[in-house]
Amino acid sequence: MLSYIARRLVIAIPTLLLVSVFVFVLQKLLPGDPALVLAGEERDPQVLEFIREKYRLNDPIIYQYFYWMKAMLQGDLGISLRTSQPVTQLIADKLPVTIQLAAMAMIIAFAIGIPAGILSAVKKGTVIDYVANFVALSGLSIPNFWLGIMLIMLVSVHLGWLPASGYESPFVDPLKSFQTMIMPAFVLGTALAATLMRHTRSAMLGVLKADYVRTARAKGLLEKTVILKHAFRNALLPIVTLSALLFGELLAGAVLTEQIFTIPGFGKLIVDAVFTRDYAVVQGIVMCTAAGFILMNLIADVLYFLLNPRMRSSL
Amino acid sequence: MRNKLLAALLLSATTLATAAQAADLRIGLQDDADVLDPDQSRTFVGRIVYTSLCDKLVDITPDLEIIPQLATGWSWSDDGKVLTMDLREGVTFHDGTPFDAEAVKANIERSQTLPESRRKSEVKSIETVEVSGPLQVKITLGAPDATLLAQFADRSGMMISPTAAEAAGAEFGAKPVCSGPFKFVERVQQDRIVLEKFADYWNADAINFDTVTFLPIPDTTVRLANLRSGDIDMLERLAATDVASVKGDGSLGYAEAVSLGYQGITVNLNNGERGDNPFGNDPKIRQAFSLSLDRDAINQVVFEGAFAPGNQPFPPTSPWYDKDYPVPARDVAKAKELLKEAGYDSLDVEVQVANNPVQTQMMQVVQAMAAEAGFNVKLKSMEFASLLADQSAGNYTASQVGWSGRVDPDGNIHQFMTCKGGINDSKVCIPEVDKLLDEARQSNDTATRKEKYDAARDILINELPIVYLYHPTWIWALSGKLDGFTPYPDGMIRLENVKFK
Repeated sequence: MLSYIARRLVIAIPTLLLVSVFVFVLQKLLPGDPALVLAGEERDPQVLEFIREKYRLNDPIIYQYFYWMKAMLQGDLGISLRTSQPVTQLIADKLPVTIQLAAMAMIIAFAIGIPAGILSAVKKGTVIDYVANFVALSGLSIPNFWLGIMLIMLVSVHLGWLPASGYESPFVDPLKSFQTMIMPAFVLGTALAATLMRHTRSAMLGVLKADYVRTARAKGLLEKTVILKHAFRNALLPIVTLSALLFGELLAGAVLTEQIFTIPGFGKLIVDAVFTRDYAVVQGIVMCTAAGFILMNLIADVLYFLLNPRMRSSL
Repeated sequence: MRNKLLAALLLSATTLATAAQAADLRIGLQDDADVLDPDQSRTFVGRIVYTSLCDKLVDITPDLEIIPQLATGWSWSDDGKVLTMDLREGVTFHDGTPFDAEAVKANIERSQTLPESRRKSEVKSIETVEVSGPLQVKITLGAPDATLLAQFADRSGMMISPTAAEAAGAEFGAKPVCSGPFKFVERVQQDRIVLEKFADYWNADAINFDTVTFLPIPDTTVRLANLRSGDIDMLERLAATDVASVKGDGSLGYAEAVSLGYQGITVNLNNGERGDNPFGNDPKIRQAFSLSLDRDAINQVVFEGAFAPGNQPFPPTSPWYDKDYPVPARDVAKAKELLKEAGYDSLDVEVQVANNPVQTQMMQVVQAMAAEAGFNVKLKSMEFASLLADQSAGNYTASQVGWSGRVDPDGNIHQFMTCKGGINDSKVCIPEVDKLLDEARQSNDTATRKEKYDAARDILINELPIVYLYHPTWIWALSGKLDGFTPYPDGMIRLENVKFK
């Protein structure tokens, strides 16, 4: 098992290298000059030159790439052009926020999506199935920003139950943190729940037709046991992969949701960074997200082993 | 268990109540400020934060007159090259460093020499700063500079603690130390900036809040929702489309002031090869274009009438506005005639526009209006950073342009209209205009300056390197319980005498 994980981590290195080349080149292909954006309205030539010198924007691109790689290998992701803060610190500040939001959204998505998926598979063709499908499709189709604004109007402005936007760290004030996060997590969670529900449903439908399910029923097991222990456990594999990918996606930042609820996470940071051509920040976040994705994939694969005894022997 | 819960609820209710009595003001901003160092800063919202954090040498009235703040009085030498300023007594910075002539000298020199300084061009006329008394400085200029006092009413005049500046260097923005009514407490990027009342402030009696928290909330709808739900007490830049609903809401307050800035279309006259086209070559065609537009209708359709239509670099409310040239009425027949005189029945013009909904809508209205006079306007929607790069490189025919505005008229015109102006993207170059604008810079007499600006405009209004369209209005929405707020055309939020009812 450990050697498997180690092998996977080694394979991740060329992947990350490739990502680094892509993000670097694509960014440089973007039109627009960061110095012009950062110099302020006056665009003082002295300031322009200072910025270009300081961030070595005058050097050939290939040099710039190697400066970046060299620093990155030493654990330094560079300095944000926009705020003059170290990128590692920016990421360290935002990552917990993004993880908290992603985790809460995933919990909500699981709580809604999986039971709904199981139920609609078991009750296929009934009213329950149609209602669950309708709700799931609505969750997928309603844009996040619209749902977010509607929730703010209803819950914060009319009912006054929750703060309209903002963020508090759970280590400072857990209750307030929960209150500010629950609406955005719900908005994100409902959209994910829809995806999860659809996948759970189809996985369950496939499994429910399997011979061993018929056998289990023939043995006279309780329907509950058949569905949860025999069918659902086997249907879990695609759901685990999907969840890992969804979580990875959430780590890249939920741009619109963060914008609406003014949550200082990755999404907002990367959008601002792209618009101001804050290269170091964009690169840092993309690298960080790519690493997150690879890690989540690895976790999903490890979970396979735990969930599926047959795969343990294939090591 | 239930009792415990009840007790906890009561406890939290009482803490909430005391918090309310502590007079904490929460202000919603459209963006997050950049680095909190007046010498390095470049954003508008940054200036809003400084207004509470950092006092300046001088301030302005809502009518743009310069009034004392940290400097109590000043006088110019006869040749306009020496400015003597007397400083306020008994002022200290937030770290206890006394404010004196040495501090002013250190501050001006920092603006001039800090490599990261974005103030260099604003204070470049200053040659030496001499400490002529404990509370008096003599500032000597290379050439007369009428704009200097107005610069001192903004970031160049903000005084930061020399002790803190020395210790922190370029990292000063992480923990700014000034002498304003509030001192810095903490900042969480993209989330909040918290300031608390400075007990030793020289004008502390006029300050009625214990803390001020600035919250960047970029979405205008959400910013307003926060105000309605009571999560914030005031917000800046209310969307024009929400004005009616705020005015109609008895529980909210409303304030506005026409800004010092402008929005318009800059035309490439001579900036590289692309300046060589009929629209850039023939002023008659640009006059026709300008005449084809109904500026008032643009304001009504796009901004619900909340902004101010304009045709000059200064808004009609400004003392520098030339009243002999009021905002022209639309005249399609005349526009067609001018276009014909220039030799065209119809003309293709490409106009760049930033890809945000409001600017795009505005340009679509322009497109429709100009079409009636024979202009076939093609809109090229671009992301802002690319638009800026193209504009400065001359890779455009016509492009949306905006300027946030300066207190002194020079800031709205000189850099755009002089041959060597730093932001002269149209590359207009008329020696007579250069001469007039340079002269206007060198006189401290308002009447003389006005004459020069009017004369320059007589030329520019026909030349039209920039077709001015409108002047945005700063719009604030306030909680009904807030009292005493005065709107200023510079868009700043001054908290003196503002209080909860």
